[in-house]
Amino acid sequence: MQATPTTNLRRPNHWFDANEIWVWLNAGALALSVCTVAFILLLIAFNGLTHFWPQPLYEITYRDADDRSVTLIGQRVETDTLSRTQFTEAGGDASRLPENANQVERWLFKTGNRRLNPPDFRWVYRHDIITQAQPETLTSIERVEWGYAFGRIEALRFLSNETPGAPLSAVTGAELQPVLQSTLQRLNDTRDAIATLESGTIKQISSELQALRLQQRAMQLSASADATNRQAQLRAEEQILLQTYAEQETILSGLLSSLAGSELLVQIQNGQQHTIDLADTLRVSYPNRMGFVDKAVQFTSNIWRFLSEDPREANTEGGVFPAIFGTVLMVLLMSVVVTPIGVITAVYLHEYATRGPLIRVLRIAISNLAGVPSIVYGVFGLGFFVYFLGGNIDQLFYQAALPAPTFGTPGLFWASLTLALLTVPVVIVSTEEGLARIPMALREGSLALGATRAETLLQVVLPMASPAILTGVILAVARAAGEVAPLMLVGVVKLAPALPIDGEFPFLHLDRKFMHLGFHIYDVGFQSPNVEAARPLVYATALLLITIIVSLNLAAITLRHRLEQRYRSFE
Amino acid sequence: MSEQTDTPSASPPPTEIGLRVRDLSLSYDNTTALKRINVEIPKHHVTAFIGPSGCGKSTLLRCFNRMNDLIEGVEINGTIELEGEDVYAADVDVAELRRRVGMVFQRPNPFPKSIYENVAYGLKIQGEASTASLDERVEWALRSAALWEEVRDRLDESALSLSGGQQQRLVIARAIAVQPSVLLLDEPASALDPISTLKIEELVHQLKSDYTIVIVTHNMQQAARVSDFTAFLNLGELVEYGETDTIFRYPKEKSTEDYITGRYG
Repeated sequence: MQATPTTNLRRPNHWFDANEIWVWLNAGALALSVCTVAFILLLIAFNGLTHFWPQPLYEITYRDADDRSVTLIGQRVETDTLSRTQFTEAGGDASRLPENANQVERWLFKTGNRRLNPPDFRWVYRHDIITQAQPETLTSIERVEWGYAFGRIEALRFLSNETPGAPLSAVTGAELQPVLQSTLQRLNDTRDAIATLESGTIKQISSELQALRLQQRAMQLSASADATNRQAQLRAEEQILLQTYAEQETILSGLLSSLAGSELLVQIQNGQQHTIDLADTLRVSYPNRMGFVDKAVQFTSNIWRFLSEDPREANTEGGVFPAIFGTVLMVLLMSVVVTPIGVITAVYLHEYATRGPLIRVLRIAISNLAGVPSIVYGVFGLGFFVYFLGGNIDQLFYQAALPAPTFGTPGLFWASLTLALLTVPVVIVSTEEGLARIPMALREGSLALGATRAETLLQVVLPMASPAILTGVILAVARAAGEVAPLMLVGVVKLAPALPIDGEFPFLHLDRKFMHLGFHIYDVGFQSPNVEAARPLVYATALLLITIIVSLNLAAITLRHRLEQRYRSFE
Repeated sequence: MSEQTDTPSASPPPTEIGLRVRDLSLSYDNTTALKRINVEIPKHHVTAFIGPSGCGKSTLLRCFNRMNDLIEGVEINGTIELEGEDVYAADVDVAELRRRVGMVFQRPNPFPKSIYENVAYGLKIQGEASTASLDERVEWALRSAALWEEVRDRLDESALSLSGGQQQRLVIARAIAVQPSVLLLDEPASALDPISTLKIEELVHQLKSDYTIVIVTHNMQQAARVSDFTAFLNLGELVEYGETDTIFRYPKEKSTEDYITGRYG
């Protein structure tokens, strides 16, 4: 017999190893995805958060294109470099450049004082700047309208009520600060009182009036026996309401007039004088005087105001609270609708339906539903829910209000239903997977004790499938919260007049239109009259949307984890 | 002894009959699993079904509480009488039948609930709501299953924290809590270690005074130790049935002898 040739146990000594390459390839792909996600998050977080950090105010003097010297007060929001060619091609004056400079630096200044010095954002070339400084006297004034004003406050003037425009007294120098702050505080309190009055008593009266008119109209439509009696009664009620309304109006106008009577005399850029009515002023701050702690306090307060306030000025200023509220409420309503529908469907498919070609086709159809473009769902929602269902509901229950639609118009309820439809395949698929993982032995154990199939399902199978159901809901929530396109058709608006939940019966107003963070991003980013002013808000809102989706998911994941702990040994 | 027929129903037991199987055939998807089985299972005794894998002994066991109904395309002919009533009659309430015929499976399958909830499950399904009587029945069932002393202080813990042997006794407690008249054990010790197996066997011995017990087992020694009667099945047919002693010492059929002595199976 011949001896078998001995084989070498050692690996072939190549410079690469096929197995190693696979490992590197896979790890590389993973690293790439992780880096992409991290980069996206960092970019959004950085751009979104720096917006809230108080920026220093610059006062610069520069030569403009016509060789005039211009003084400018503002915040530097961006720094950029151009190559020499780009600079000349853009019409820049190359003769001003130093001979050997190949790079041209330019700064984007936010000059504020919109309406007085348009444009309120402008690019300034670094080499055109003659002087630059950050004087501590520079003030940033946040106004109710027209954004920020930057300048130096010269005096705070109080006006006499009798002769409009004539100054009664003026405060300057060291006294200015305390008087200004206390006046602002008083005005802000008055503004709060006005808001409370408007959204409370006055709104209630007008909705009661509205209800009365609907009743009157309903009576005209039905024409019952004691109609005249009832009509008179209603008219009497209406009179009382109108009287209270008038009283409240007087109080309101009193408050409004108490806002007036003080103004700031401000020196803005180029030595121009400008008066700002204190009634239009929200806050006054001196960013160049602030230390780190002051800035941090201001930063926190800015974030808080962003989260808690209503938007102002076509959404480019103020907060996004109604959008947060709308997003979360819509997602919750959607979950309430989608979970039972999805679970019941999955239970039928997996537990009751006889396996066969029909069920297989159905299953494929359900999986494919998840791939239908979301705008198609929007169109369906508009056609079916809003026009058909909503129109019929109005005909049946809200006839008195017609032709003004109640449910026959896009609103919160229809948006939630449309998104529920959009996400139901996700819940079905993951619930079915969960049901498939539950061992037959457990079902048999329950059946063998005399439980019916329904009892077994409710007591044993569904509790054990709950982690899988939750996974489905998590996926559904993540998808729904980020959806924009279908919502534009079925209920989201740029600015909703009221929140969908308030103190007015029935408290949850499913027919109202609402605001949504995803749509808000689109609106601020693309529909805003002032793109530069809106850009930081796009990032900030995007960051907020991500944060909300992540927190909703984290909550659900924690819950799922706890359920999984309980059923672990069977998974 | 009576005359032998072609389908051996063999030595009628001397006691009352708990379950009577007549001409039972079962097939699914044109595969015959049981062929004209006739057997009478005595009340308050332990009857063991033995036979090689795939001989149909588990299938036969699962006919007693109609567990085979869950399989799609199954066809069953013949009758099974539980104390005189045909369990395959059209108007039988299957849930009620299963309350009276309890079953314990090969692998312990406690629900992912607490020990207490596991035992109380069947009672709650029946609509028992009173805490006091639930407590009493749970304790009684756990004592009957010889588990009470081990779990009395941890009734609220998850049943999954118990060992395999304890889980299997818990499942037995769960089955007897609803007070069935028949207890079906489908290889109850095959997944357990020898000590747990011994405990289960002792338990079976104690329980037979109150329940008609049918046990399927692969283990000859176990069948010999715990059962009063033994049925040997092969290829879906009942080959031989009689008192355990007789079957093990003087098997009539060649195949029985071969199987018992370990020549095949």
